[in-house]
Amino acid sequence: MIIEELAKPELWAATIAMATPIALPALGGTFSERSGVVNIAMEGIMLIGAFFGVLFSYLSNNPWIGLLGALVMGSLISLLFAWFTVNIGADQVIVGMGINIFAAGLTAFLLNTIFGYGGTPRETPALPNISLPVIKDIPFIGPIIGEQNSVVYMMLILVIVSHYFLFHTNLGLRIRAVGENPQAADTAGINVWRMRYLGVILGGMLSSLGGVYLSLGLLNSFEVNMSSGRGYIALAAMIFGKWTPFGSLGAALLFGFAMALSMVLQGTGISANIIQMLPYALTILALTGLVGRSTAPAADGVPYRPDGK
Amino acid sequence: MKKLVQGIITPLIAIGIAVMIGALGMILTGHDPLQAYSALFKGAFGSKVNFANTLANAVPLILSGLGIAVTFKAGLFNIGAEGQYWMGSMAAVWIGYSVTSLPPVLHVGLAFLVSMIVAGLWAGIIPGLTKALVGAHEVITTMMMSYIAIFLSHYMLEGGPMMAPGYTPQSPVILPTAELGILVERTQLSWGIIVALAAAVIVYWVIYKTTLGFRLRTVGLNPRAAKYAGINVSLHMVLALFISGALAGLAGAVQMLGVQHRLYDSFSSGYGYTAIVVALLANNNPIGVILAAIFFAALATGGQAMQIASGVPAHLTEMISGIIIFLVAAKELGSVFRHKPPLKHNLAENKGGMKV
Repeated sequence: MIIEELAKPELWAATIAMATPIALPALGGTFSERSGVVNIAMEGIMLIGAFFGVLFSYLSNNPWIGLLGALVMGSLISLLFAWFTVNIGADQVIVGMGINIFAAGLTAFLLNTIFGYGGTPRETPALPNISLPVIKDIPFIGPIIGEQNSVVYMMLILVIVSHYFLFHTNLGLRIRAVGENPQAADTAGINVWRMRYLGVILGGMLSSLGGVYLSLGLLNSFEVNMSSGRGYIALAAMIFGKWTPFGSLGAALLFGFAMALSMVLQGTGISANIIQMLPYALTILALTGLVGRSTAPAADGVPYRPDGK
Repeated sequence: MKKLVQGIITPLIAIGIAVMIGALGMILTGHDPLQAYSALFKGAFGSKVNFANTLANAVPLILSGLGIAVTFKAGLFNIGAEGQYWMGSMAAVWIGYSVTSLPPVLHVGLAFLVSMIVAGLWAGIIPGLTKALVGAHEVITTMMMSYIAIFLSHYMLEGGPMMAPGYTPQSPVILPTAELGILVERTQLSWGIIVALAAAVIVYWVIYKTTLGFRLRTVGLNPRAAKYAGINVSLHMVLALFISGALAGLAGAVQMLGVQHRLYDSFSSGYGYTAIVVALLANNNPIGVILAAIFFAALATGGQAMQIASGVPAHLTEMISGIIIFLVAAKELGSVFRHKPPLKHNLAENKGGMKV
């Protein structure tokens, strides 16, 4: 039964599609936490991206402008998050909660205010699917990665670029330095606050892109709370992936596989709900060190005062 | 005395600013804020029935808010009250329909007890022990356990062992002996409110008047000092999470036995998340939790009335809640503007950072 399903490319194509809106915010969280700011606000920022993506796409009749608008709004809400956590030194988990509740309220409020109670307009243009010329004809592989939504390919490229950026550039090293030892980084002449702003805003843009995939990639509409917990799963994927881009992608693929499999298995004897618990249980195991211990950046969550007060 | 004034003034200022930002939002979208807010107020407190329903909505918020306050006091952040609420709900409903021939008081008492133990263990065993033994951060573990609990409830109801005969994913109705009586006719206000108020008094007493409470607070203020003073820090972290989970579980039990009488398949009650806001606004004071819970319950009940009467979407109240959290979290905002270095402690009193 399961073996049969595993041999079908549809399951694997669905795995990648399900993993995308987890991998993007997980990548975003990686940037934020590598710079030393604990980020549980991915859920709310995804909603901001999802809503404003649809709004700008509808207004401009161009999904790419929608995507751009979503990235700008995601950066703006991240600026607010960064100001509270970096400048004020407020508790990062609590402000993150605040962003999530505020964003859920704001997007639902604006949805009803701008579009009424009947949902977003049907004529909103969506982001196109892309089919890769040669790859799509390869047997088995073709149906899996040969034709996916444009955001899926963006995600795959962004994972590679992020890895290079974080681990092979000066700026990436600086971001990681302020997340591990801000005092030392400060002494070496790195502006700790500026690096943290960079980490949080890059995180916000990536989370926002994850939201855009839900509203303009998979659909062409926004629904209240449509991120439905993916921002929190992304948090789990980031931890399970040990705060690295490739790790986040791997964990997102594993979680996406659990979701795709649970849909395939509906109607069989195996409970989809039990399979869907697995990502969360695995994350707890990763934290306890039973499956490869995950350790956060050393200064993750600790506000930094340049004057040492 | 100064502390008491601050404890009341700071939340009131936060509420005031948030309400004003909400009013600004209404003006920008072409609504009359005075009319909308008065509709909200009337919807929440305008009649005996409305007021009773507001109080009924406050009951689960008081109980789970108390639980979160206990963990904050011990320097921990329980973000998974939602899942603990579900565990308590499942246990209470199960006792409610499956245990027969018990007298009413005993039946309710048994359901309360079992749901508190189940939800307490849900928070205490895995998040508590992994925190105490290997330092796994409780924000992540309680959140993960929360999702596992919600999927467990789906499993139980969608063709699982707790599904009632038929095709709808819901549990059987609890027996009449397990029901909590209604206090005000034609409303949802049950004896649960008395349970919630009593719990607030007990939690206050435990936190401020007993050795256990003193130890929990010491662990929260300075775990290292607590250790040198001979307090078993690990044990008290587990205990704080257990108590917290038990209270969230009781919230679920009271809601099931007093209001719903059966478990429905749904993704979120929302109480577990709002309870965090309740504890924050109350600055973790058990008596403050009662007032903060009534405030957020009033926003929820009044918000619907506001939407009907003035056309302002009820979701505005969630924006107001979010803004209140920012303001409470940034309680050092004032000192930034006065160019003084902000105090170095924060609300969750979590000094070690995110040692996951």
